[in-house]
Amino acid sequence: MATTMITTLDRSSRAAARGLSDISIRNLFIIPTVLFLIVFNIFPLIYSLGYSFTDFRASTNAPANFVGLQNYRDLLNDPFVWNNFAITAKYVIISVAGQLFVGFGVAMLLNRDIPLKGLLTTLLLLPMMLSMAVVGLFWKLLYDPSWGVINYFLGLGNFEWLADPKMALYAVALTDIWMWSPFVMLLSLAGLSAVPKHLYEAAAIDRAGPFYTFFRITLPLVAPILMIAVIFRTMEAFKTFDLAYILTSQPTAELISIRLYKMAFQEWQTGRSCALAYIVLIMVLAITNIYVKYLNKVKER
Amino acid sequence: MAAVRTSSEIGINRVAIVAVLVVTVIFLAPIYWIASTAFKPRNLATTIPPTVVFQPEISPFVKLFTKRSQMRSPPSPEEYAAAPWWERVVFDGGEKIVRDGKGEVQWSGYPSRFLNSLIIAITSTVLAVGMGTFTAYGFSRFKVKGEADLLFFILSTRMLPPVVVAIPMFLMYRAVGLNDTHVGLIILYTAFNLSFSVWLMKGFMDEIPKEYEEAALVDGYTRMEAFFKIVLPEAATGIAATAVFCFITAWNEYAFALIMTNRRAQTAPPFIPSQVGSGLPDWTVIAAGTFLFLLPVAIFTFLLRNHLLRGMSFGAIRK
Repeated sequence: MATTMITTLDRSSRAAARGLSDISIRNLFIIPTVLFLIVFNIFPLIYSLGYSFTDFRASTNAPANFVGLQNYRDLLNDPFVWNNFAITAKYVIISVAGQLFVGFGVAMLLNRDIPLKGLLTTLLLLPMMLSMAVVGLFWKLLYDPSWGVINYFLGLGNFEWLADPKMALYAVALTDIWMWSPFVMLLSLAGLSAVPKHLYEAAAIDRAGPFYTFFRITLPLVAPILMIAVIFRTMEAFKTFDLAYILTSQPTAELISIRLYKMAFQEWQTGRSCALAYIVLIMVLAITNIYVKYLNKVKER
Repeated sequence: MAAVRTSSEIGINRVAIVAVLVVTVIFLAPIYWIASTAFKPRNLATTIPPTVVFQPEISPFVKLFTKRSQMRSPPSPEEYAAAPWWERVVFDGGEKIVRDGKGEVQWSGYPSRFLNSLIIAITSTVLAVGMGTFTAYGFSRFKVKGEADLLFFILSTRMLPPVVVAIPMFLMYRAVGLNDTHVGLIILYTAFNLSFSVWLMKGFMDEIPKEYEEAALVDGYTRMEAFFKIVLPEAATGIAATAVFCFITAWNEYAFALIMTNRRAQTAPPFIPSQVGSGLPDWTVIAAGTFLFLLPVAIFTFLLRNHLLRGMSFGAIRK
């Protein structure tokens, strides 16, 4: 792939002699963006790092007192916060596994000559383009226990999806699976269409069964792209806020982002929420790091 | 033997086609349901069994845009006859449109939120794609020290959970008076989309052969002229695709908008769900608001269909 097309900077080249030099153009093009991101992404994080060592509350005028690592110590010893992390982990596993299963399954179905394939694929991709907040809102309508269409068509009577503490997290995950399976499907389709046809022909000549063909040819060749999908979705599911926040207020479905939001903007424990934000941040950066390393590995092939 | 195999393959294919159709119907059903609810009379929105066939109405959209109040008694025939069609459909539902002392129709909260969404999404998209295109060109064509690290840094700013960034931004915005302003959200969305735009545009820039500009440079263009006259037109498709992605992201964003705005600069995503809160919500109106809000995204998804893979994977996978 064309990833490294680098024009060497030759100060004495004819082009550089006219107008701005290549170096100044490079700086002019890159530096503002980097500065902008530093000012609006990195500086706020430094600011909140400072607050994470204080007992600051943004709802009062009381000055912030330095408390050292107290916030971090309290948070890491708080069973409720650990519970939020456990809920988040459960949510990530359920929804990513569901998306992988549904998305890859639908991609396998679509990976053949089907009339109107392009149109069907685009239609199937629609859910993932929508606003998570608004999706959460209209799934609330679908999940309604007394007149919701889901209960009606599945014949579930007055089944409580969102108000039942045991069910709420699964209901959120189900909506997430509906919304994001198309993403896995999209990536899987790209992976499947890249499997060379002659491998299947060779397998057919050798009279390989469908299971053998799937596990020995299809899956290994699609695995790298599926891995990208999984890491990407893991990262996004870990951050989920909108969907769960809108769908349910059950404590059993309180993901870490929601806990963070409540701590910061409802309980106004600003200092402590900054510390929690940092704990979450480090986790996300770790996943992102794995993702980017993997991406570069895939690209090199 | 060959014939047997072929016929069984045709059989499998038929099953697959049916399965795909079933899956498509299931996936689209929720969207269809919200769209159809937007055209239902209020009394048919929450019936059991669900109402599938009905006479579509425009009244939810009229209600969506206006302030209304319950009517104790039906309007007099003269009043009804004098009212324009859009007022009559509200009368039919047992409500009337609130007017101020001068008889001006009072708008609901929706139009201003929709307008805010448009202003904020469009402005931040222009900024993010503009800056991103330049930066992507810089990374694509010139040697940059620590390029991989810089690109990772740029990407990582996008990966942060919104609430994590929102806490310090909220405090800073409060200090400088940017809370609940358009500028405040535009800055946040620009920063959020900028990293995406750099990554995606770099992929598109890498695909433009550098020989094009080199030929132009030999012909006496300056590097700037070559960029504007040769590279930008070549990158037009990529720029358009990136812009649509940035627009959709900003348009859909919820967490920042929820935290940073409450009225003046509030966008549609936090506003639409907030209508459910009080009493018995009129789901047809909420569905109408949702429908109008989702419509641009649905249209853009069709326009983008050939670039979805690339955009959704941050340019990692290209076809």
